[in-house]
Amino acid sequence: MAATLIDKIWDAHVVARRVDGRDLVYIDRHVLHELHAPHAFRKLAAANRAVRRPDLTFSALDHTAPSRPGRTDRDADGKVIELIAAMREGSRRNGVRVFDLGDDEHGISHVVAPEIGMVLPGSTHAVPDSHACTVGGLGALAFGCGTTELEHILATQVIAMLKPKRMRIRLDGVIGSWAAGKDIALKIIAEIGVAGGRGHFIEFAGNAARALPIEGRLTLCNLAIEMGSRTGLIAPDDATIQWIAGRPWAPRGAMWDRAVEQWKDLYSDDDAIFDKEIVIDCGALEPQITWGTDPAQAFAIGGRVPDPADAPADRRAALERAIAYMGLTPGAPIEGLDVHRVFIGSCTNARLPDLEIAASIVRGRKVAPGVHALVVPGSGKVRRDAEAKGLDKVFRDAGFVWGEAACSMCAGSNGDRGEKGERILSTTNRNFENRQGAGARTHLVGPALAAAAAVTGKITDVRKLVAGGA
Amino acid sequence: MEPFARLRGVAVPLLEDDVNTDQIAPVGNGHKIDQDYAEILFMRRRRLDNGALDPEFPFNKPQFARPSILVAGRNFGCGSSRESAVWAFMAVGVRCIVARVFADIYRENCLQNGVLPITLPEADAARFEQRVVATDGGADFEVDLVAQKITAPSGDVFNFDFPAADRLRLLEGLDDIGLTLKHADEIAAHEKRVAGQSPWQQRADIARYEQE
Repeated sequence: MAATLIDKIWDAHVVARRVDGRDLVYIDRHVLHELHAPHAFRKLAAANRAVRRPDLTFSALDHTAPSRPGRTDRDADGKVIELIAAMREGSRRNGVRVFDLGDDEHGISHVVAPEIGMVLPGSTHAVPDSHACTVGGLGALAFGCGTTELEHILATQVIAMLKPKRMRIRLDGVIGSWAAGKDIALKIIAEIGVAGGRGHFIEFAGNAARALPIEGRLTLCNLAIEMGSRTGLIAPDDATIQWIAGRPWAPRGAMWDRAVEQWKDLYSDDDAIFDKEIVIDCGALEPQITWGTDPAQAFAIGGRVPDPADAPADRRAALERAIAYMGLTPGAPIEGLDVHRVFIGSCTNARLPDLEIAASIVRGRKVAPGVHALVVPGSGKVRRDAEAKGLDKVFRDAGFVWGEAACSMCAGSNGDRGEKGERILSTTNRNFENRQGAGARTHLVGPALAAAAAVTGKITDVRKLVAGGA
Repeated sequence: MEPFARLRGVAVPLLEDDVNTDQIAPVGNGHKIDQDYAEILFMRRRRLDNGALDPEFPFNKPQFARPSILVAGRNFGCGSSRESAVWAFMAVGVRCIVARVFADIYRENCLQNGVLPITLPEADAARFEQRVVATDGGADFEVDLVAQKITAPSGDVFNFDFPAADRLRLLEGLDDIGLTLKHADEIAAHEKRVAGQSPWQQRADIARYEQE
């Protein structure tokens, strides 16, 4: 029978159906992080339960790890950061490998897992973090989960779920210059809304998805949760297989050939039925930016702040609130507003090509006076690779801070935050009120617009900057 | 998990859409394992620009000091998967959330903690919300999961649908891991089968294992 890719992976991982009707879906790889896992380790110990497969479970230190250059695992008082200490202890007790600060595999879990070859097409992946969906870019089915589900997976190696509906978003056309995966994602969210994918898993298809480099596909899938969908994926193709080949944990030799042979079946059958199908025209797509306080409040860089007076009555109060929080004027262009902080980083946009795009704009320019600009590579490997290409020097010469891999300013849980009233151009995933600091005003953008703002001190259309040689 | 059958108490209205978990339970730096979850509930939303408590914010009003039921809008609990956004409500006594629509992960996190996530039929939702606003904490609502209905102080009854599987688990307070571990043999059989068919799925660092 014709099946979607989501069904194929799901069905191959269903171990049993529980008495309450939930499917038990086997989890091939489980990556933890220190913000939530210590609670689960503690509950597991209290219930006298063991981790079923410590060899398939890994601990990242990303949310609270400091990102300042020359960082250690200590807080301002010189003590080991509490959650990092608890994570090491719980992992050791349960036989789980920690990707510790300074290890080759250190970094943001969603960046590290693909780059070391841990994530393979057709496999399942779970992280107690809503951006687990990132690795869907390699054709894996990933589940972001809460702390109790995390404890459940530790004890059983399965997640208990009802099968969600399937949605396909077909992305047509050829995107414009300086647009990339982030811009496609923001365009989708603006069209379908932050709850548009709720109750569904999403498969991204079409020319514009297919044309993205793997890192761009990871960025696109990263934002599936901002569409309201618990996960998103893209069918693996030759580009996926080439990208994974030779990565340290990937199969080799005859085993690799055998795996590639199996991965050829990982696509949605021509006559497979999706519960919902959406087509989005990405032809000549321009760089996008969010203006408001949820990721659906986005438009092309030339856009103007909406006027609540033009909105339906039931949306007016929310628009007014967002405009007030962001310090904007209805009807005014977003371009030209003063920027106080720029953050290039996070599981969304901190892979090597993201830094290369930003560096190509920064090279030979200076961070504008009064702007605090920070680059935090997504992993130790991204940082090392960027340094091998001299990108650290480009950024530092321009006046950026070149940080150590961590989640950093994305949610500010390591103390990297903006100040009240500051306008921040950020390559992250959530522009919610107060997320990057109490009263801080976040505009989500791709690395190109972030870099352009850093060097001009204003929200700037990168295309004009490079054309005009400003 | 504590069984859930019936609940009587104050219903607090927060009739906004897209309330995200960053608002409900902000993550601060210097984050500790043991948090005062009641303290973090809407930590920033509760306060005005000058730092004083906002007397208009529902959770600051004296009549809602000990709410049992939260009544919310669309896409409630979107954003981060942090479970603290459920624990924070539990810490002030909320055991039931009635929302127009729940974000997927948030709804699951409610179920995992024995907090009842209810969505009323679209035709009744507005009328129910009006009752909650009009009552203003002055009288109790009753939620009955056995009969799948909410009774307003006025006597009006609002029926709701609830997935049978989740209902059973909540009513009996079943241990989720215990339920799953009844299938331990099937989990082991899956592992054995996959280890033969697709060995890379059962060995994380397969390149290293191959060399051994």
